[in-house]
Amino acid sequence: MASIRFKGITKKFGEFVAVSDLDLEMHDGEFVCLLGPSGCGKTTTLRMIAGLETPTAGQLLIGDRDVTFLHPKDRKISMVFQDYALYPHMNLADNIAYPLKVRGEAEAKRHARAREVADVLKIGHLMERMPSQISGGQQQRTSLARALVYPSEVYLFDEPLSNLDAKLRLEARGFLNHLQRDMGMTAVYVTHDQAEAMALATRVAVMDAGKVVQYAPPMEVYRRPATTFVANFVGSPPMNLLPVEAMIADGALHLKADRVSVAPLPVSRAVAAALKGNGKLTLGVRPEHLSIARGGEANAITGQLFANENMGPEKLVTLERDDAARFTARIFTDDVIALDATVTLGFSSEHIHLFDQAGARLPMDGEPV
Amino acid sequence: MTRYLGLYFTRIGFSVATALIGVFFALPLVWFIFAPFNPRAELGLSIPEPFSLANFETVFQNGFAMRGLWNSLVQSVGGVILVGAGATLASYALSRSPIPGKSVITYILLLFSSVVSGSAAMVPIFLIINGIGLIDTQIAVILVFAGGLLPTAMFILRDFIDSIPKSYEESAMVAGASPVQAFFDVALPVIRPGIVVVVVWAFVSIWGSFLIPFILLRSSEKIPASVAIYSFYSEAGTPIVTLLAAYSLLYSLPVVILYLFASWKFGFRFFGGIKA
Ligand SMILES: Nc1ncnc2c1ncn2[C@@H]1O[C@H](COP(=O)(O)OP(=O)(O)OP(=O)(O)O)[C@@H](O)[C@H]1O
Ligand SMILES: [Mg+2]
Repeated sequence: MASIRFKGITKKFGEFVAVSDLDLEMHDGEFVCLLGPSGCGKTTTLRMIAGLETPTAGQLLIGDRDVTFLHPKDRKISMVFQDYALYPHMNLADNIAYPLKVRGEAEAKRHARAREVADVLKIGHLMERMPSQISGGQQQRTSLARALVYPSEVYLFDEPLSNLDAKLRLEARGFLNHLQRDMGMTAVYVTHDQAEAMALATRVAVMDAGKVVQYAPPMEVYRRPATTFVANFVGSPPMNLLPVEAMIADGALHLKADRVSVAPLPVSRAVAAALKGNGKLTLGVRPEHLSIARGGEANAITGQLFANENMGPEKLVTLERDDAARFTARIFTDDVIALDATVTLGFSSEHIHLFDQAGARLPMDGEPV
Repeated sequence: MTRYLGLYFTRIGFSVATALIGVFFALPLVWFIFAPFNPRAELGLSIPEPFSLANFETVFQNGFAMRGLWNSLVQSVGGVILVGAGATLASYALSRSPIPGKSVITYILLLFSSVVSGSAAMVPIFLIINGIGLIDTQIAVILVFAGGLLPTAMFILRDFIDSIPKSYEESAMVAGASPVQAFFDVALPVIRPGIVVVVVWAFVSIWGSFLIPFILLRSSEKIPASVAIYSFYSEAGTPIVTLLAAYSLLYSLPVVILYLFASWKFGFRFFGGIKA
């Protein structure tokens, strides 16, 4: 196992900058998820660690070795591809044992080892089958087995679960989590599914347009999103965001918007610096922190009922405001709630997130930055 | 009722018409199978009476014609090896490497190749081969065929390799394979069905060609079957039908066998990737 370090890594395809000036450190034994929307450069970042893509600028270290220009075969890494990349002309035994074959292991020995790994992954009985003769979930586990069959310093995953159906995905996710606890492997895991990142990662790197916008443990990313982009990307459903007029008066922060009432807030240093009197801010509240107002709430927002979805344990109540912006509340209750055409949602002040006009988080005083 | 009757007759008419067309195309083939065994074969179709191998005996005793078959084999196999190996390596490189304008290269080669193997280029080809002192050698025939067929073979194979995911070789290299190992262990077996198609096509093209060996070869012991077949024409230019038929059958056998072998062994079907 080893650490990974990006030092000012940039990758351009022609004039297009896919990854720009990336500085990132992943500790030994960490499970880092690269999370972001399609096209933000996650795969490119991962492929640079694998050596399948060469950085345009910068330096990449695995452990103490500078691997920037090292061939993939010399990097001591394993990788699970999104399309699994199982060799169609080899049966599962040969597929899984291939990395050992390349290392000159004798046939009997490498097949025994492949069988061992396959048994752990519950595909041991399929060793004679060809990849086209097994299910998608089994293909996924085969490619995982091939990555685990030999000891590596770093394990790389490119959306390995995205081709599985929902139930299999949960199962495989649990298994990967267990594996990580078991082996303590250094892993980099690419996904655009925030739930997957939350579930697996020890740290999440949220990427947007070739840049890392926040790099922190999952709960930190969830509790204190660094930007509105992160707030909007993490959480299911994501955080509700609302532009508000802000004004500092009598030593308190007053937020105003149509059909919204917010109790005066303490003025933090960040807010004071961002506002200088008055201006515009973005108010954020997570859906799970909203409830149906019963009157007397410190903060409330009102709108027309747009949707009321039953999710089993919870309910998603969405209201629509005059400017077509929507606000969703996640309400855990077994009661049947009768909703009128007009709904008011309440929330407490401690659950308010504030962002400046550029979208950067304005931390409360005393909040770790 | 009349409507059904009409449909009925349309159906019969259609069947009769297709049967007639079928017979029209089948007749030469039937002749081709029967005539070699008929010592009195003519251009008309007739059942061999008696059924005999006398034609073959005569043909087998014709050393010139027999050596022709051997020469055809040498030239075809030689050409196929060059085309197969060359096209595989070239198209793999063209498909996988980031050379700018690589499509243009392939198209230009393709364009020129149709000129090179066409009869228009016969004079320059003759002059070049003569210039490098290879006239009247089997090597010359093999080289000219390889040059003429390579671009098309590359074009077919490149298309095929483009459709194979790069992640096969990438996963092999990440697993510790050198590019050469990744090519032989992973890429080549996956490309093989495409190579088989190209090889069969190249073999058939060379085996059946007349003009190039006719122009480049002089000595009778180097002439391939496609040219040697003219030894079964009399001085006056009329074919000796019995011997010609027997020799033609022998001449067509390798191609038939190659087709059967390839489709038995490889099924002429493409592997493709694993479905995502
Ligand atoms: N070989 C290439 N040539 C040109 N552009 C490329 C190449 N590979 C990737 N890109 C571009 O770089 C950007 C980042 O690509 P990348 O594959 O890293 O995205 P991603 O974050 O993995 O997205 P996804 O979630 O869709 O897989 C994309 O805009 C893509 O079009
Ligand atoms: Mg990707």
